[in-house]
Amino acid sequence: MRNTLDLAWPREGLTRVPYPLYSRADVYDEERRRIFLGPVWSFLCLEAELANPGDYRASFVGDVPVVVARDLDGSLHAFENRCAHRGALLCFKRGGHGREISCVYHNWTYDLRGNLTGVTFQRGINRKGGMPPDFDRAAHALRRLRVESLAGIVFGTFDEATPPVEAYLGPEITQRIRRVMRKPVKVLGYNSQILPNNWKIYVENNKDSYHASLLHAFFTTFRVNRLSQEGGIIVDDSGGHHVSYSKRATDKPSAEYDSADLRAKREDYRLADPSILAGTDEFGDGITLQILTVFPAFVVQQIQNSLAVRQIVPRGVGETELLWTYLGYADDDAAMLTIRQKQSNLVGPGGYISMEDGAVGGFIQRALPGAEDDASIVQMGGNGVGSQDTRATETAVRGFWQVYRRHMGI
Amino acid sequence: MPADIATQFAVERLLARYVASIDEDRLEEWPNHFAETCRYQIISAENYEQGLPIGVFFADSRGMLRDRVSALRQANVYEPQRYRHLVSSTLILDEADGLVTAQSNYMVVRIMHDGATALFSTGRYLDRISLGGREPLFVEKLVVFDSRRIDTLLAMPL
Ligand code: FES
Ligand SMILES: [Fe+2]
Repeated sequence: MRNTLDLAWPREGLTRVPYPLYSRADVYDEERRRIFLGPVWSFLCLEAELANPGDYRASFVGDVPVVVARDLDGSLHAFENRCAHRGALLCFKRGGHGREISCVYHNWTYDLRGNLTGVTFQRGINRKGGMPPDFDRAAHALRRLRVESLAGIVFGTFDEATPPVEAYLGPEITQRIRRVMRKPVKVLGYNSQILPNNWKIYVENNKDSYHASLLHAFFTTFRVNRLSQEGGIIVDDSGGHHVSYSKRATDKPSAEYDSADLRAKREDYRLADPSILAGTDEFGDGITLQILTVFPAFVVQQIQNSLAVRQIVPRGVGETELLWTYLGYADDDAAMLTIRQKQSNLVGPGGYISMEDGAVGGFIQRALPGAEDDASIVQMGGNGVGSQDTRATETAVRGFWQVYRRHMGI
Repeated sequence: MPADIATQFAVERLLARYVASIDEDRLEEWPNHFAETCRYQIISAENYEQGLPIGVFFADSRGMLRDRVSALRQANVYEPQRYRHLVSSTLILDEADGLVTAQSNYMVVRIMHDGATALFSTGRYLDRISLGGREPLFVEKLVVFDSRRIDTLLAMPL
């Protein structure tokens, strides 16, 4: 694609990321056009949130408002959440249920596939007014997305050329999504967190396994996660998706850890009530942490028994809404629910091991003035993109930028 | 003092002491307002009204509350900030066997270290308070916040 942005990438390639990408309004608009409206799959919702025919929900692809619905025959559909008449939001609440969706402004109605089914007073009143006789409702369906569900997660894309979801993700990422979504889930709660930074900074944060045991002292102290634990990074062939995983209690002695003066290393810190960390190995593979990202802006999280999906919604060039949906399995018993409630303290806007991620993005955003000609350094683990059996690497961050550049033509 | 006024007074004084321990940065004293076995949860009105069990903070022991404080003091990174609580309209909904059910409105202004001041949270306290011991104690405190959005992060208790 042609570079219309007048933005030269540093000659070092993927190991440098120009700071203006986080602050320029024209970049933000191009991202909507080329990425979010382009050949990518975006998280829309969970099938569990559309349990019954006639259920629909408002969601976003990037910052583009969409509706995702389960039609009366059970099939899933999505379309833009913008009335064909004058452009009002159709679904301005979280969601609803019915055979059709009507616009509050002038009462045009749509079926659950986004077809325009009714124009109020189309023939006028007492033969006066109304639409011209050649007005064709069929020509004014809402812009539709293709929809695919993978293991209960509903994805949508605006582009006809996007490959099927499993081909888009590749076999390893697909398998790791199925690992978390291994049986029917239920929603245990929602949170919305407003991050004072560009959306890409939060995406990079998820792909940056290097920071986890350095920024998050809670992790390190209780050995929930240290880079010396057994684990690694899987990056798919495109570079855009990744899985970071580790196993607790597999810490190998490491001279680097023992000698490094890490703020996050506090061996003296003990919990008064350690029941928060008393989970079960419900996957049977010993993996206690799995963070998975899907390009561009979706995260699936397993931290011990805390399961969640995170939808990253850009809200302008310097603001991002992070939508947390906490999950359990439909067949969880009361004891399992208590474990998930306790471990929910680890994540979310007040999470012991995630609250820092809400702050650190703002630290980057606030330091942008003056960095117009500068670039950040992304060189841990080499210059390339690919899976590595260490997490002391930024390989997945480079992978993000590899795919980003391809979409953006820069 | 008539019994209902005594109850009202005891509940409001507990609430005043509770918010003072947070606003005056005496967080180590904050768990002392709870019974040893207790329940403390911060949850959005949206989740609460749908009966969803997960919110922002969850604790079912005073030890977990102490852990929240020690994590804030020793582990977590967040910009220095203070809260100012305003608590009002306390209603005693029920009283039986020394256990009081009460509801109050709260408003929390967050003051960042650089002076940025903003309305951070509003909502309801749904409290169950034991009046049987030497001091009134929260047996259960649900902080039900009105807006689903949380700005940046929620570090200190509400
Ligand atoms: S804007 Fe929707 S009916 Fe007019
Ligand atoms: Fe993090």
